[in-house]
Amino acid sequence: MSFYVLIPLLPLIGFLITGIFWPYFKGKGHIVTVPLMIASWVLSLKAFSETMNGPAVHIKLFDWIDSGSLHVAISLMVDHLTAIMLVMVTTVSTLVHIYTAGYMKDDSGYDRFFAYISLFTFSMIMLLMSDNLLELFVFWEAVGFCSYILIVHWYERKPSWVAANKAFIMNRIGDFGFMLGILLVYVVFGTLNYSEIFQKLPAHIHDTINFWSAFNGTTQYSVITVIALLLFVGAVGKSAQLPLHPWLPDAMEGPTPISALIHAATMVTAGIFMIVRLNPIYNASSIAMSVVAWTGALTAIVAATIALTQRDIKKIVAYSTMSQLGYMVMACGVGAYGAGIFHLLTHGFFKALLFLGAGSVIHSMSGEQDIFRMGGLSRAMKITFSTMLIGSLALSGIPPFAGFYSKDLILSDAFQSGPTGHIFWMIGVLTAMLTAFYTFRLIFVVFFGKENFSEGEHHHGHEGHAPHESPLVMTFPLLFLSVMAIGAGWAGNHYDIIGFLSQSMPVPHAIGRPELSEDSLKSISVIVGLVGILLAYALYGKPSTVPQKMAQQFKWLYSLSLNKWFFDEIYDLIFVKPTIFLSFLLWKEVDKGVIDGIVNGVAEFCQTSAAAIRRVQTGQLQNYALVMAIGLFGMVSLFLFVR
Amino acid sequence: MVPLSWYVGLSSALFLIGLIGVLVRRNTLVVLLCIEIMLNAVNVNFVAFSKYQHVIDAQILVFFVITVAAAEVAIGLGIIISLFRLKGSVNIDDFNILKL
Repeated sequence: MSFYVLIPLLPLIGFLITGIFWPYFKGKGHIVTVPLMIASWVLSLKAFSETMNGPAVHIKLFDWIDSGSLHVAISLMVDHLTAIMLVMVTTVSTLVHIYTAGYMKDDSGYDRFFAYISLFTFSMIMLLMSDNLLELFVFWEAVGFCSYILIVHWYERKPSWVAANKAFIMNRIGDFGFMLGILLVYVVFGTLNYSEIFQKLPAHIHDTINFWSAFNGTTQYSVITVIALLLFVGAVGKSAQLPLHPWLPDAMEGPTPISALIHAATMVTAGIFMIVRLNPIYNASSIAMSVVAWTGALTAIVAATIALTQRDIKKIVAYSTMSQLGYMVMACGVGAYGAGIFHLLTHGFFKALLFLGAGSVIHSMSGEQDIFRMGGLSRAMKITFSTMLIGSLALSGIPPFAGFYSKDLILSDAFQSGPTGHIFWMIGVLTAMLTAFYTFRLIFVVFFGKENFSEGEHHHGHEGHAPHESPLVMTFPLLFLSVMAIGAGWAGNHYDIIGFLSQSMPVPHAIGRPELSEDSLKSISVIVGLVGILLAYALYGKPSTVPQKMAQQFKWLYSLSLNKWFFDEIYDLIFVKPTIFLSFLLWKEVDKGVIDGIVNGVAEFCQTSAAAIRRVQTGQLQNYALVMAIGLFGMVSLFLFVR
Repeated sequence: MVPLSWYVGLSSALFLIGLIGVLVRRNTLVVLLCIEIMLNAVNVNFVAFSKYQHVIDAQILVFFVITVAAAEVAIGLGIIISLFRLKGSVNIDDFNILKL
């Protein structure tokens, strides 16, 4: 057995030990899980360095399904894409494990929480290491399940379980499409193994499928396009793209560490990972590619506009995550898979940093999440402030921070991908400006200005202590991640991450000669980011009434953004209300009326008819004797005279 | 010699008297007496047929009936006494406690 097996196995062992024996830990759950996680992280680094100068590793653990022509094995595949994702996932997961020890201190579900994040990490690692679609799908569902049980961690609060249900149900819609896609892959290719699919792909590239043959339809669809789009539906659900996104902001009801781990750095990027992993299928279908690109671009800009007006610190970061995921999907849609993965990695670091920083702020404010009830925190929380500033600069794409390199790579790849690419580039640049604006709005409102809270007014403030810096166990992950947020982009650029990844996937080819050189493209996006920061400073850097005036001036746009483009309301109207109405109809009318009516009717009939017949039983002995006598005479006379 | 039909007629008359008594009288003791009349109607039948058919078995059967009737009366009277203690009455209409 090689050490690769240990990478997913160690978190699983951690989960089993803490999960089974959790009543005995009594707030010491980190003793088991954190060292195992660190070991897994070290092994991931080793795996990464092995792939750096070696070929992809492929280990078959066991045959899972062996039925007819369907062969599915549980395997571990570590190629360049997996290795680099593994490093990011285990790094963030380890830091979140450490952070949790501080953040969730004194929580009644402390050990349970550790068990679940270890289970999540195991599932995510297996998802990355899978070598066939079915294995991917199993762990795809497993991470979704872990996300559910972690969002619902504070299960006694109604918003938690409502949000968890919403996340699970919305993901189910996406997963249904994903499952159909897998079935179609099996029907067309006869295998679920990635490498075998890619081998057989050229032979099926012109295959068509007729969906309406049962209804005598004749329209033929390209089967590769259908597969790509169905699989993309799964990615839309998991990576919170339009229109299946509303679960992600609501998932912020869960504890902050899982927002950082699951809903920023790892699980939500599974959709992008899947697209990149199956890039030959997507490359074979230009229609699917443009659908992917447009979905990503629209998600990026819509999420960015929503983030402009939100007041909840975690919601702002959540919409920013959604917007950045849109960027990555857009990058995949224009064929810049390497740039998408690069952004995924840097984003994983700086967005986890922002979430953990937000968690540190919330922790010190004793549960307050409204940014307009904070303010002036830079004096009390120097480490949190400086690390969050680094994260925000990285998110805004200011050099030399990580976001600059990856975001610019996406933008320049988009620009070079032909005429529609220019549109994507413009959307991307606009989004970049909005991103810089809302990120620094958060920074200015939370950390500068006057204090908008009074002592002892906090949610759980029994003793009403002033804001304070978080303990070292929480600031250490922030510091570590800010190093990554500074260095990851430079390192990726310097050591040619795209060249490294191109061993697993194709690089995009530029169409024609771009009108703008790469340097001018870069400077445009940096300038745009700086403009966004300056705008945020002008509006929120010092006390001003301009934001209120603007909100009144553009009331329509303001309410559109504040209400998240009314997605929840529209879904409520189209899906939730009719479903509830239909359910009530079925309950009150069909179930109570028809079903219960039949059952109760039968009972009623028996009862009334029995009551009628019961009159025969008078209880008078002589009545019975008379009936007996009449019967006897009747029988005797029958015997004597009729025969 | 008295013809058989007379005996049978007597037996039928006794049986009907007993039956009507069982059906219409309200006093439980009288009902018990009427049952005895019916039994004895049967006994008359047995004896008459025994004489005319020249078989002795039926007469033995009569002894059995008389013995059983004696036992039955003893039990019946016992039941009536305990019913009287329960209800304070021997009216058969009061004894409908098995009815719901």
